Amino acid sequence: MTAGGIGSPVKRREDRRFLLGKGQYTDDIQLPDQTHAYLLRSHHASARIASIDLTAARQAPGVVAILTGEDVAADQLGGLPAGWLIKNKDGSNMVEPPHPALAIGKVRHVGDPVVMVVAETRTQAREAAQLVEIDYEPLQGVAHLPQAVASGAPQVWDEAPGNVCYDWHIGDPTATDAAFARAKHVVKIDLTNNRLIPNPMEPRSAIGHYEDASEHYTLYTTSQNPHLIRLLLGAFTLKVPEHKIRVFAPDVGGGFGSKIYHYAEELLVLWASRRIGRPVKWTSDRNEAFMSDAHGRDHVSHAELALDERGRFLGLRVDTLANMGAYLSTFAPCIPTYLYATLLSGPYAIPAIYVEVKAIFTHTVPVDAYRGAGRPEAAYLLERLVDKAARQLGIDRVEIRRENFIKPEQFPYQTPVALQYDTGNYHATLDLALKSIDYPGYAARKKASASRGKLRGFGISTYIEACGLAPSAVAGVLGARAGLYEAATVRVNPTGNVVVFTGSHSHGQGHETTFAQLVVERLGVPIESVEVVHGDTDRIPFGMGTYGSRSASVGGSAVFKAMEKIIDKGKKIAAHMLEAKLADIEFSDGSFRVAGTDRAKAFGEIAFAAYVPHNYPLETLEPGLEETAFYDPGNFTFPGGCHLVEVEVDPDTGLVAVVDVAIADDVGVIINPMIVDGQAHGGLAQGIGQALWEECLYDDDGQLLTGSYMNYCMPRAADLPMFKVGNHATPCTHNPLGVKGVGEVGAIGVPPAVINAVLDALEPLGVKHIDMPATPEKVWRAIREARP
Amino acid sequence: MITVKVNKRSHTVEVEPRTLLVELLRDQLRLTGTHVGCDTSQCGACVVHVNGKSVKSCTMLAVEADGADITTIEGVAEGGKMHPMQAAFQEHHGLQCGFCTPGMVMSAIDLVRRNASPSETEVRHWLEGNICRCTGYHNIVKAVLSAAETIRGGSR
Amino acid sequence: MKNFQFHRPKSVAEAVKLLSGNEGAKALAGGQSLLPMLKLDLAQPTDLVSLAGLAELREIRVDGTNLLVGALATHDEVAASKPIAALARLAGGIGDAQVRNRGTIGGSISHADPAADYPAALVALGATIATDRRRLPADSFFTGLFQSALEPDELITAVHFPVPERCSYVKFAHRASKFAVVGVMVVKAKGGVRVAVTGAGSRVFRVPEMEAALGKKFAPESLDGIAVAADDLQTDSEASAEFRAHLIGVMAKRAVASA
Repeated sequence: MTAGGIGSPVKRREDRRFLLGKGQYTDDIQLPDQTHAYLLRSHHASARIASIDLTAARQAPGVVAILTGEDVAADQLGGLPAGWLIKNKDGSNMVEPPHPALAIGKVRHVGDPVVMVVAETRTQAREAAQLVEIDYEPLQGVAHLPQAVASGAPQVWDEAPGNVCYDWHIGDPTATDAAFARAKHVVKIDLTNNRLIPNPMEPRSAIGHYEDASEHYTLYTTSQNPHLIRLLLGAFTLKVPEHKIRVFAPDVGGGFGSKIYHYAEELLVLWASRRIGRPVKWTSDRNEAFMSDAHGRDHVSHAELALDERGRFLGLRVDTLANMGAYLSTFAPCIPTYLYATLLSGPYAIPAIYVEVKAIFTHTVPVDAYRGAGRPEAAYLLERLVDKAARQLGIDRVEIRRENFIKPEQFPYQTPVALQYDTGNYHATLDLALKSIDYPGYAARKKASASRGKLRGFGISTYIEACGLAPSAVAGVLGARAGLYEAATVRVNPTGNVVVFTGSHSHGQGHETTFAQLVVERLGVPIESVEVVHGDTDRIPFGMGTYGSRSASVGGSAVFKAMEKIIDKGKKIAAHMLEAKLADIEFSDGSFRVAGTDRAKAFGEIAFAAYVPHNYPLETLEPGLEETAFYDPGNFTFPGGCHLVEVEVDPDTGLVAVVDVAIADDVGVIINPMIVDGQAHGGLAQGIGQALWEECLYDDDGQLLTGSYMNYCMPRAADLPMFKVGNHATPCTHNPLGVKGVGEVGAIGVPPAVINAVLDALEPLGVKHIDMPATPEKVWRAIREARP
Repeated sequence: MITVKVNKRSHTVEVEPRTLLVELLRDQLRLTGTHVGCDTSQCGACVVHVNGKSVKSCTMLAVEADGADITTIEGVAEGGKMHPMQAAFQEHHGLQCGFCTPGMVMSAIDLVRRNASPSETEVRHWLEGNICRCTGYHNIVKAVLSAAETIRGGSR
Repeated sequence: MKNFQFHRPKSVAEAVKLLSGNEGAKALAGGQSLLPMLKLDLAQPTDLVSLAGLAELREIRVDGTNLLVGALATHDEVAASKPIAALARLAGGIGDAQVRNRGTIGGSISHADPAADYPAALVALGATIATDRRRLPADSFFTGLFQSALEPDELITAVHFPVPERCSYVKFAHRASKFAVVGVMVVKAKGGVRVAVTGAGSRVFRVPEMEAALGKKFAPESLDGIAVAADDLQTDSEASAEFRAHLIGVMAKRAVASA
C-alpha cells in the first residue's frame, strides 16, 4: 500500500474549509445587483386555477417582476423532462404528462409552484407574494395508492386513465407459475414501503445570472450533477445552446438523491434573470423543501415465495404499485423498474421470478430516487418475506439464508430478472456480521433485557444492490435517455503537481480526498501535490454526476483511465529521454525506468520535459501532459452483505430502541476505510430512520400532514447507538479499481433487519406483522390486537 | 442601530427589528459559515455563541443581540490553528457535507465548556438540537468525546 | 415575518405600560416559542416588548418553604436549581440545549402550549404564579389551548413552587418535536398527592382518581385499573387519543415509581 494511496484512512482534505466556516454553498453566494425570488405554491392538492390577480402584488415595495405559467408558456420554455422511458407490457410507451415550471390551468399537489415573485429582497418577494390573489376551484385529490387505483378515483391526468403511468413487468411468468405449482410451501406477504423525504440539511438553492453582452447564462445550483442539468436546460427547458450555459454546483450540503433532478427553480431563475437583466436567487425554506423536493419510496406490494420441502426457494412472484406523485421527476420511471424489480433475486438463487409493477399518479409531490432508490424497497420485501418463510416453515432464519445464497463458485451468476452478478461472497459477510454482534451471546442478552422489562429482538437482513450506474448501451435498451459513463481529465502541471477534473460531484462523499488517493496510488505523487476539481461545467469536460453509489466505480475508473493515458505518454517521453525502447520502460512508485537497470526519470522530470520540450520527440508527440478519459462501465457493480440489529421494545409504550447494529458489507476494494465506514454510518441512520421514525404522511385528499421537523421525525444523536461496521471484499471484476460502491448500503440493508428484529421481539406476544415505520403507537396496537 | 461584537470585532449596524441574528450574520456581516437548515428552530445549523452560550441564531432577533459578544464558527480557530473541537471533527471524520458542521461544533464547544467529561449518553442528549443527515452521528460523538479529552488534557 | 416596533423597557412597570392598551403588543422573553410563531406568520404583533432588561426577574432562590423562580430564569438555570430535583430534571429535558439557554419559565407558561412540560410541574406542585398585579394559583392559570388566565398586558414576574416531600416527572416525548405526547408529574406533599398531565389534552389537567388512590397508598400498583377516558384527549399524527390515554397510565406509574 502506497502511503496515502488506495486503502489509507487519509483525513479529509475538504474538512478544513468546512470546519472554519469557509465552505461556499449556493446560498452563501451573493452576486452584485442580485434580486430574490419567492415561489408562491399551491396549498391545494388538486384545483383548477380560475384566475390570478397580480394587481396588488405588483404595487408592493421592491417588486421587480411577477411571473406566472402563462409567461412560461408565452416564452416557450420547455417542460421538465423525464429521463427514462418505460414501456408497458403491451409495448406501448408510458404516459408522460407535461410538467411546466409554473402550473398552468391546474395545480396537482400541495407545493406545486404557481407564481414567481422577484423583488429586491427575499422579504419583499415573500410579502408581495402574499398579495397575489389566486382564485382556485378546489377539486377532489387523491394521495394514496390503494385509493388512486380504485375505480372512480379522482384522475390526476386525463391522459392517464386509472392514474396509471405504466404497467410493466419483468421475468418469466410461465416458469414462475410452474415453480409455484410444484412448491411444497407458499409464503405470502403484503407490505408497504413508507414514503420518505430525503432532507439533506442544506435546502435547495439556485442563482440565475444572464449576461446580456455575451448572451451567457450562469446557474449556481445545489445539484448532484451539474452537467446533466446543463444538458436538460440546453436541450429541453431553457432551450439555448449548451455552450452558452455554465452550471456550477459549489459546495453542496448533502443530496441523497433529492438533488439529482432538474427542478423548475433552476430554469426559473435563469429565465427571470434574462427577463429582468439582473441575477435572481431563490433559496428554499425547509417547509418549502418538504413540498417541493422529490420524495422517495412509497410502494404497496404483494409477494409470494414458493419453497420446496427443505426450504429452498423455487420461485418468487411480486406485484407492486409505485407512487410517482403528480409529475414524473427526472429519474422517477426507472426507480421501481430497473432499480427495484431487477434486484428481487437478492443474494439468493431463485430459479424463477416474475414481477409486475404499476406506476401510479397521485396528487402528491413527485417521487424519485432517494438513497438506495428501488433497492431498499426490493431488499425490504425480500428480507421480510424470507424471515416470514423461516418462521412459517420452522427453519432457522440464518440457515434459510445460508442455504439459499448464491454460492461463491456460482459467480458470475445470471438472475432471472436481467442482472448478472460478477462476484460476491454472501456466506463470508454473514459469518463476519454474526461474529461481530456475538450471535452466540444473544440468548443471554435477551434474558438481561427481559429482567429490565424489555423485549429484545434480533433481526437479520442479507441484501444485494446494483450500483455503478451504468453500462450506457444496456441502459439505453432499457429506456434511459442519457449515457451513464463518467468523464475525467487529469492535468499534470509543468512542476509535476496534478489537478483532477471529475464529472462526479461530491456533496459529502469526500472525493477531494479519495480521488486524490487514486493519483497518489497510480502516479506516485504526494497527496499535497494533488487537487480535485468538481461541480463546474466550465472547468470539467463532461460528467454524469453522483448518485447510485457510482462515483468511485465509474468516476474513479475514469480518473484511473486518464492516468493510464498519462503514463502511456510519460513512457514515450521517458523512452526518448533515456534513449531506450518504449517497450522497456516501466512505471512504478513515481518513476519511469528502463527495465532491469537503474536508469530512470522521476515523474516530475517527465512533466517538466512535456512542457519544456527541449529534449523531446516533437515529431511524434505533442507537448503537454493532460489527458481526458470517458469510462463506460461494463456492468453494474453488486455490493452486498449482512446487516444485524438488536432492538429492545418497551411493551408498555411500544417504544423501540435500537441497541446494537453490526454490519458486514462487501463493497469491493476500499479506497479510504474511514470514509467508507462513514458512508455506512450515514446510510444506517437513514435506514433505521425509515424503519422506526420517518414517514411522509398525506391525508386521503392530498394535504401534507408532515410538513416540518415538528412532525417529520429526523433521526437524532440520542436515537442511535454506535455502529459495528465490517467489510469483506470480493473485488469487482470489471472495473480497473475493483470497487463496488458504498453510498447506499446502510439505507438498503438495515430497514428489514430492524423490522425483523421488532417482529422477533414481539413474536412471543403473537404479533406477526408490522409496517414501517414501527412507531410506538403501531407497536402498542400490534401487541394489543395480538393478545386474545 | 445596534452594536455587536462578532469574533472580537465590533460592528455598528442598522437592522430592522424583525431581522434575525442569523440574517445579520449571513447577509450583512457576510459570515456565511453559520447556516440555516430549517424554519422551526430545530436543526441547529445556525448555532452560535452569544455571551458564551450556544443559541440558535435563527431564533433570536438581531436587536436582542445589541451589546452582545458573539462568536461564530469563523471566530473559533485562533491564528490559523483549529480549535480542538474542530481538529477532532477532522480527525474522527465527524463531518461529510459540512452543512450542519458549524452548528454542531459550536454546540459541542458549549457542552465541553460546561461538562469537561461528558459521557457518550450526555453527548448524544446534548446534541438533540443539532440534526445531521450524513454521519449517523457515530463519528460526531467520537469527535466530541475525543475533543473533551484533549481539552481536559490542557492542550488549550 | 411582519415588521414591528421593538421596545426595551427598564422596569416591569414600564413594560406593562407598553403592553397596556395596545392589542398588537406582545412581551418577548427568551423568544423560543414566540419567534418560531412569528417566523411562520402565526403571530403578527405590531410591537414587541423585550423583557431582557428586567434583571430582577431572573433570580432563583429558596423562599421559606417555597422555591421562587423568576419569570426570566432560563430552562437551563432551572435545570441547575435545587431543591426540587424533579423540576430541575424536567427543565433539563425541555427542547434542546440551545432552547434551554434562551427559553424562560415565564415565556413558556405565558405561551400555554398544551404539550409543554412546565404546566405539569406547576399544577402538580400547586405553584403560585406571581404577576405584576396579582397571584394566580396554577390550577386556574391554564385555561385552554394556548390560553391562560393572564390579561393581555399582564406580566408574570415569578413562579412560587412549594417544596414537596416526593415528586417525579416522566414524559413520553414526541419523536420529532420532543414536546410531550404525554407528560405526568406526580407530587406527594403535606396537602396530599397531586397528579398533573400535560401533552394529552388541550391543556394540563389533574387526575383526581389517581390522586385519591395514591393518597391511600403511594405506590405504582395503586394505579392498577385506573383508566383515563380518551374522549377529551388530542389525536394527531404522532398519537391517537386512545394511545395517549394508555400512556397516561404508564407514565403515571413510572413517575410514582421514580418519585
